[in-house]
This record gives sequence, structure tokens and C-alpha cells, in this order.
Amino acid sequence: MSEQRRGVAAIVGSGNIGSDLMFKLMRRSELIEPRFMVGVDPASDGLARASRLGLEASAEGVDWLLSQPVLPDIVFEATSARAHAANAPRYAEAGIIAVDLTPAAVGPFVCPPVNLEFNLAAPNVNLITCGGQATTPIVHAVSSVVPVEYAEIVASISSRSAGPGTRANIDEFTETTATALQVVGGARRGKAIIILNPVEPPLMMRNTVFCAIPAEAAEPGPVQDAVLASIHAMVARVQEYVPGYRLRTEPQFDTARELWHGMARVTVPIEVKGRGDYLPDYAGNLDIITAAAARVGDLLVAHKLGQDPGWVAEPAAPIGANA
Amino acid sequence: MTTTNTANTANGNNNDASLREGTPAADGTARAGRDLRITDSTLRDGSHAMSHQFTEEQVRAVVHALDGAGVEVIEVTHGDGLGGSSFNYGFSKVDEFDLISAAVDEATQAKIAVLLLPGLGTVHDLNKAHERGATVARIATHCTEADVSVQHFAAARDLGMETVGFLMLSHRASPAELARQGRIMVDAGAQCVYVVDSAGALVLTDAQARVQALLDEFAGTAQVGFHGHQNLSLGVANSVLAYQAGATQIDGALCALGAGAGNSPTEVLTATFDRMGIRTGVDVPAVLAAAEEVVRPFIPRLPWTDRSSITQGYAGVYSSFLLHAERASQRYGVPAHAILQRVGEHGYVGGQEDMIIDIALALAEERAASDALYETAGAH
Repeated sequence: MSEQRRGVAAIVGSGNIGSDLMFKLMRRSELIEPRFMVGVDPASDGLARASRLGLEASAEGVDWLLSQPVLPDIVFEATSARAHAANAPRYAEAGIIAVDLTPAAVGPFVCPPVNLEFNLAAPNVNLITCGGQATTPIVHAVSSVVPVEYAEIVASISSRSAGPGTRANIDEFTETTATALQVVGGARRGKAIIILNPVEPPLMMRNTVFCAIPAEAAEPGPVQDAVLASIHAMVARVQEYVPGYRLRTEPQFDTARELWHGMARVTVPIEVKGRGDYLPDYAGNLDIITAAAARVGDLLVAHKLGQDPGWVAEPAAPIGANA
Repeated sequence: MTTTNTANTANGNNNDASLREGTPAADGTARAGRDLRITDSTLRDGSHAMSHQFTEEQVRAVVHALDGAGVEVIEVTHGDGLGGSSFNYGFSKVDEFDLISAAVDEATQAKIAVLLLPGLGTVHDLNKAHERGATVARIATHCTEADVSVQHFAAARDLGMETVGFLMLSHRASPAELARQGRIMVDAGAQCVYVVDSAGALVLTDAQARVQALLDEFAGTAQVGFHGHQNLSLGVANSVLAYQAGATQIDGALCALGAGAGNSPTEVLTATFDRMGIRTGVDVPAVLAAAEEVVRPFIPRLPWTDRSSITQGYAGVYSSFLLHAERASQRYGVPAHAILQRVGEHGYVGGQEDMIIDIALALAEERAASDALYETAGAH
């Protein structure tokens, strides 16, 4: 890779997510050089840390970034939905690819194992939410085998891993994730729930995915086997870039109940252990979105610079094919 | 006042307005001469005990009876608050917004309240409830996570709703920590903050100390309330102690209809406060009739302190986990009380009903392993 030019990246937002992403890019990306860390608070630990590690760090915001003699190829935004909505047109005008880690959803939703190949030329992509990264692949895995009328997810995260942005705008999490269960996951209707748990020692990120499934899939047989195979294949695809992603137990199938408005369901329990790049391992919720951002960034930069991304996952073939 | 009340009770004549100075005015405004306000949650916390199967007819009958008895605030929502209808918590039989509309239509003086848990319900849901006529917004968070409610209090105040903060599982925070969290809610726009004993785990002075800490923190700028559960049979006693510490809003439910072993029964609270000369503005015979004649006939089983619900109080488990644990017990063949005990050990919080499946599976595996061990031992 040494002869190839590496894409220059800026990280906007110097909090936990921005810092973890910086470490991921420095340690793991062969295609991206994180050069700028941009914040708004001169006293930010994140800016001081980035500066110590050799990045150009500024508390003067996006105005400063866009006045640099050499602009970045790609910007990762880890601020707030409101800030990204304001900044997005400016990045687009400057020809900078934007990977949005806020729930702003200016650009299309991306979840690497599900739909990345459709978005390689997009000037702005959105990473949904941490819960969305953890759960939409599973909904997609089920909906590619059988119709999913309704998908519901519960994301439980440690209180310590929920930053002030998430806390101030928790509705954005539930609404953006619910929409992604439909748009990316392929469910007809979606619902998302997030729970913060303060228990010590901190809990690992835990997600439960419920999908309403046809009666046939709730009974043992070839359709259920196909659903199971599809879920396991998807877990393996996510593990390619989030090694701590796993099924906590086997998916649980339940036949239709009147109390569930006559729906049958499959319950898929997912645990996400973080990689500990900067954040502790219980913060799997932050790790999964920064890991997705790093992976998406590599692929977008490779596409922009006409380079071989080197380590693209197998294409997301219709998973039902393995039935 | 004590004399007056003794006379009242002796005569069974609580309808005589002359004996209840300043309490009539059935106009929905705050009543002068009332010492505390009872909020009835039969149609919200009771939703858990009904597996969220309330019908419009039941809602109308309960609201009619409570409203007639002088209860000023009636909460109507899915048990887990707005948007609670789900696989994880149970689906509502009737859309909660239709139930809210029916309640608003039926009430003549009572305000209709809704509960909202940020992370589950949204401002969008609150707007919709307000459009249907709800005028009190009760925003609930785990007792250490009050800052997730800030946007919802702001929205509720913008809508002109009365606001109440709910610090759930209050036994999990010290009085001082609870006061800090209450302060966040008041700063965000809460006019009252409740000590919510979701697990029925607070024992007498535990409840009183938390109420006191909130009152000291607010210094008159906001009220304090108490929401009790009967898992250790202390809902009413804790409510009395909360009142004596200075709480002015107290929750109850007819026939204790609520999660776990149920809530402090509204009819017992009313009778007890009346005996103590503490004015609630609620008519004792009318509320007794509401419990006995309206609610009792339709409830599938009376909330009770059985092994599972006592375990909830003892181990500090969110009360609404009870029926979910019983269903998992049937599905996976492990005891409900053992599931609940472990929920307490793991420190799961309100809303984590999905973890019950994890625990039931783990217990089933442990039992299978232990059975195998015994079989092996027996073979020798």
C-alpha cells in the first residue's frame, strides 16, 4: 500500500466517538490518514489527545477545517444531528465525502454488511445509530428469507457509554433506528427501544431483535432452518469488522399468540463487546458504530481515489439463497 | 379536623359538604383545603396486571367512578407508558390513544395523565396524547438517568401540560443521589418529582428519607410525590410516611391493580388518610364502591404477595417483570421466583424485560447440567 496515496481524513467532534474512531483509523486503516481533529471546546480532552498524537487539532470548528490549504478527502462527523445538518452542505460544496455518525440522516443509511455496495459513490452516508448497526443486519437476514411484517429491537447499553448528545436527544435514537429497521432491515414496520443501565461493573451492550415471522417459520422445518442459517451467516459477516459481535444464545422461535395480535416471532439476542481501542470493552455500542464508520470510510476513499480497498467483504448476496 | 373526621367516618356521611370544608368545587381546578392529591393509576400501572388488555368499556367505567369519587388525576396509558405496546412489554388490546380519548370524554372534573418513558415513548407520542386531551405529562426515567427526560419536559411545558417526574426504582439510589437527579428534572420543567418504588423494595424510613431529600433539594420550588408497590405490603404505610415527610402527591390503584403485588390501593389510601384527618378530596364510600363494584368484577386475578412478588420486593426487581417471568417460567420450565431473584442479582432496570428470556435459558441450562451430574453420580 505504500505507493498509494492515503486518503486524508478529518474527524469533526472530539468526544468519545471521535476519539475511538481516531484510534481505529490510526491502528487499522491502510487507506486513511486521520490528519485533522476538529472541536468547539478549547478545553476538550479529545483535542489535546489528538494533538499529542500528531493530528492538527482545532477548537475553531468547521470554519477552520474548510480554510485549510489542503482539504480532507473525507470527513467523519461525530457531533450532533443538528450540527451535521448545518455542516453537510458545506462539505458537499467542498467536494468532501461525509460519513455521518449522528442521527441526522442527511444521506442514505449505511450498514456495511447489508447495503454498502449501493452507496460507494454517495457524497454523504449516514451510519444510523449504534443500535441500528447492531440490529438491522439481523432483521435483514430474516427478511431476506421470509416476509417480516414487524421488527422490534431493544438496545440496552451501559449508562457510562451514553454521552450527553445521546441523552439530550434520545428520541432521535428511537426514531432513526425504527426507520432503519424498515429501510435497511426490510421490515414492513419497525420499533426501537433503548435502555440505559447504570449497574457496576458496566454491562456489555445487549440487543434483542424480535421479528414477526410467518407461522411456517415458527415451526421446525426447512423454512426455519433457512432463517437460522441466514442469521448465522450475517453474524459472521458483522464479525469481520466487529469481532466482539455474537449471538448470546440461539435464536428462539415462538408460535403465534393471541396476545401478540396473532403474530409468531423469532427472538435474536445479540451481545456486542467492544474492541477496547479507546473506550472500554463494555462500550460495544460505540465500538460498533466507529468500526462501521472506519470500514465505510475505507471503502468510500478507495472508490474516490480509484484504489483497491483490499479487504472488502463478500457481496451481500440475497441470503435466502442458502436455503 | 380529627374530630370532624371521626364524626364523618362514624356517620358514613362523607357526602356532606359542610364536613369537608373547601373540598367540593367539581370544576377540575386545584381544591383549596386539600392536604394531598391522589393520582389513580389503575388504568396505567393496572395495565400490567391486565396484560394490557383493557377495553374501552372498562376504561370508561373506571374513569366515571373515579371522577365521581373526586379523584383529580387519572392516568391512562399502556403499563410501560406511551408507545409501550410491543413484543417486549406486551401489545395493547385497544390502541392507547383511543383509551385516552375515551377517558377524556368520560371525565367531568378529573385531569387525564399519561406516562412516558424516554427511550420508548417520544415527544411525537406526547403531542398525540395531548391532542387527545391528556393534560398531565408524567415523564419516567431510571432513578440515575434523569437527564434523558430533558427534551420531554420541555415539550410538555411547551404544550401547556402539567408536569411530573418519575424516578423509577428509587431504592437503587441513595437519598442524596436521588435529590441530584430530581434537581435535573425540576430544572428541565418538572413541577413535581416522585419517589417511585417500582420494586416495592423501600422499607418505611427508606421511602421517607428519599422524599425528605427531594423536598430539601427543591426548597419549595417543586412538589414531591410517592408511588408505592405492595411487594412487601408497605405501599400504604410508605405513602403515609411520605406524606408526613411532606409529599403532596400520592399514587394508588383501585384493588391495588398494578404490577407485582400491585400498587397502594387507592381505596385504602383514601380511607387511611381520612381516618388520619388528612384531606384528599376523595369520597370514601364512592371510592370503595369503585373498587368493589367496578374494578373487582373484571380483573382476572387480584394482585397478591406470593413468592414471586415478594421476591421482587426483596431482591429489588421492577414489578412489571412478574407476568413476563411467569410466561418464561412456563416456556422454559424454570421457576418464576428463581428468574426474578436473578434479575435482581444482575441489576436489570425497568424496560429490560427481554433479559428474562436470557435468564430463563441460563437457568434451564444450569438445571440440565446439574441433572446430568446427578445421573452420572447415580450410575456409580
